[in-house]
Amino acid sequence: MRLIIDKSGPFTHAPVSVQRIMATVILALVPATLFNIGLFGWPALFLFVVTVGSCVAVEAACLMLAKRPVKPVLTDNSAILTGWLYAMSLPPWAPWWTGTLGAVFAIALAKHVFGGLGQNVFNPAMVARVALLVSFPVQMTLFVAPHPIFGAGSPGFVESLAITFGPGATDAVSAASALGYVKNELARGIPVADTLKQLSREALDPGLRHLPDLMDLAIGFKAGSLGETSALLVLLGGLFILARGIISWHIPVAVLGSLFLFGTVFHAIDPTRYAPGYFHILSGAAILGAFFIATDYVTSPVSKSGQLVFGAGIGALTWLIRTYAGYPEGMAFAVLLMNALAPIIDQHFKPRAFGRTRKGDPLPIAKGEP
Amino acid sequence: MKLFPIRGGIHPAYRKQATAEKAIVALLPLPARLYLPLQQHMGAAAEALVQPGDRVKKGQLLGRGVGPVSAAVHAPTSGRIAQVAELTAPHPSGLPQLTIVLEPDGQDEWAELAPPIADPFAADPKAIKERVAQAGIVGMGGATFPSSVKLDLGTRLKLEILLLNGAECEPYLTCDDRVMREHPSEVIDGARIMAHALGAPRIVIAIERNKPQALDAMRLAASAFPAIEVVDVPVQYPMGSERHLTQAITGQETPARKLTADLGVVVHNVATARAVHHAVRFGRPLLSRVVTVSGGAVKEPKNVEAPLGTPVADLIDFCGGLSETPKRLVSGGPMMGQPLPSSEVPVVKGTSGILALTTAEANERPTQPCIRCGTCVTICPCGLVPVEMAAHIRKDDLDGAAAWGVMDCVSCGSCSYICPSYIPLVHYFNYAKGRITAQDRERRKQDEVKRLAEARAARLEKQAQAKREAAARKAQAESPAP
Repeated sequence: MRLIIDKSGPFTHAPVSVQRIMATVILALVPATLFNIGLFGWPALFLFVVTVGSCVAVEAACLMLAKRPVKPVLTDNSAILTGWLYAMSLPPWAPWWTGTLGAVFAIALAKHVFGGLGQNVFNPAMVARVALLVSFPVQMTLFVAPHPIFGAGSPGFVESLAITFGPGATDAVSAASALGYVKNELARGIPVADTLKQLSREALDPGLRHLPDLMDLAIGFKAGSLGETSALLVLLGGLFILARGIISWHIPVAVLGSLFLFGTVFHAIDPTRYAPGYFHILSGAAILGAFFIATDYVTSPVSKSGQLVFGAGIGALTWLIRTYAGYPEGMAFAVLLMNALAPIIDQHFKPRAFGRTRKGDPLPIAKGEP
Repeated sequence: MKLFPIRGGIHPAYRKQATAEKAIVALLPLPARLYLPLQQHMGAAAEALVQPGDRVKKGQLLGRGVGPVSAAVHAPTSGRIAQVAELTAPHPSGLPQLTIVLEPDGQDEWAELAPPIADPFAADPKAIKERVAQAGIVGMGGATFPSSVKLDLGTRLKLEILLLNGAECEPYLTCDDRVMREHPSEVIDGARIMAHALGAPRIVIAIERNKPQALDAMRLAASAFPAIEVVDVPVQYPMGSERHLTQAITGQETPARKLTADLGVVVHNVATARAVHHAVRFGRPLLSRVVTVSGGAVKEPKNVEAPLGTPVADLIDFCGGLSETPKRLVSGGPMMGQPLPSSEVPVVKGTSGILALTTAEANERPTQPCIRCGTCVTICPCGLVPVEMAAHIRKDDLDGAAAWGVMDCVSCGSCSYICPSYIPLVHYFNYAKGRITAQDRERRKQDEVKRLAEARAARLEKQAQAKREAAARKAQAESPAP
């Protein structure tokens, strides 16, 4: 018996795979996705399917162009996950081409131009979101109030086709996302604290209720993109992948911690200008971003200390952009900015090697008895 | 005893149940031929003392250790030397190696052995080291470093602890487990002799918690000796790594490029201790070892006490043969063991296991791109960043890999095991370590050549200078005075 020896050990391997990791993350997103599709009706479903389908199609096209094998790469589930995350960042009634064009940005430009899976510097889903947000601000910020899928007054199947694939939902009852609302009111000279009070007053009076209260922020009966609404279900999914060991606590805790810290400290300084910390955490894409976007393996640092720095940076930048910049939501920008820094963070935040000091010199031999 | 945590590590599927309850059985009848490589250890190969046609007796010296780091080779049974030739080594290269081929005569007749050391604890430590060297004992955990050299560390350093390694953290292997269960007194006695030779006042025997019977047996056998402590350590690969076990017991990290002995700790394997017991108490050299024969392709997995030189094929036949062609044939454990090119190679001193692994067990898959998940960083017990080292090695940037610490890698295989993209990381690191070591050797050689050349030039210049001065003096002396 002669055997071919083509590698050194180990000759056993953990039952893991890239496919499985991606599938687990997708599974964690399912509850929030189903809830939100239910909440925003058929148009949300159509947009979701178009977006994910486009990502897979663009991935296949890129692989064919590069003359690389299509099937093994396509089945790694990474394009589906990218599409899924991108879809969750879209306004649910956005037209179909936002999904398709975004797929080209995410998969072709952000991923395959850099060399495909594992080579991209920037988070593909966030590249797509930002590219479309700056190019098509109207379509990308047209949020609607919840229209449950079989609810009265919600568009039917055919009507919904027109919303997604037709001229758009011009007569839809639009509504601002909570972040956008606070920002707009502030721009009009109304202090943040008053806006928030207004939010909760309206919550008590169902007649006035077209804006979300805090409970709604958490559960998800509010306007927003697919992934922004329902912080609780997204959090549940995040805790699931944390428990499964797909992600560690470092990035989510650092993102949310620093966002909360900035919010709380500045709110304490001037409550009329700055929204409180919990509002920042519960609104917008904070939870989705902290657990699912910032934790993207490829574009985040590999060491735990580096991940803490990276996460804290995202939290701080998100707060900064939300508070001072032109856009109400800053998570996508913050993630992209920190993506650019990830390689440098990796250079400077390494674990300490066994038997060496942090600087890399051999440890001194301890005097005295062992 | 207070234990200290070790960083990282993995929990592979242990698969020890196939042989854990199988008592050690002697390989009988003896194989038709035994193949004894002259290099079964780290260091210089032994020098053959016999020729084809010679009759030898059991325990007779066949190969003499050469130089400071080497080990002797003995006849595992009586018989006739059939051949001294270059034959395939039990090494992944499959390269030939000078090997003595012995045809047993079935008499199993002992040669005259060295007399037992009556009271080893009264004996000079030197006499014990000498005996261990004579017996050809090497580290039997798989490292195969000559034990006598390691027992000599006490002359240079002040030692506190002899740490006996019974962790056996490699999956499948149960040979140390069985030795501890079945021969605890021999192991304890060997450990006490070694501690005496080392001048170490304490003995700590570390066994992973997944071997409760071995722990019980060793605790019972050690109960008479207050200097011995039997410690159960967590089940965590690579607990059996010398440096990591030392950290778990003492809390101290061995500084880079130093030895555990610099911390006052010397680590020996339990099977080595048993071999020392045999050599000192009975004058018996190292002639056989316990080998775990396991893996899904082996029909009847067993723990076999096999004479050194037994062909792997004979060993597998003794275990009922193979049920299917294995995907991999491995000497040692599946994590750090060596792949074997064929079953036509012998059992040597470091062969702790022979594993015939099925495709399902090996679980090899095509390599996918790295997704930078960072799991390799989290689990690296040496605190390294495998993902970055591999990226540099892939570009053939060995200096870059060295800067990321590739030379500190102990090749434990945890990163390869856990990688979701099935990247053979350790394969990369072994390649880089080999290349860097070769480059360093080459650089040192060049430096030495340069130094010698410069010294020669300086010497020649000095000679020429002296000649010129002499000529000048002569000319001055001869020139007529004005």
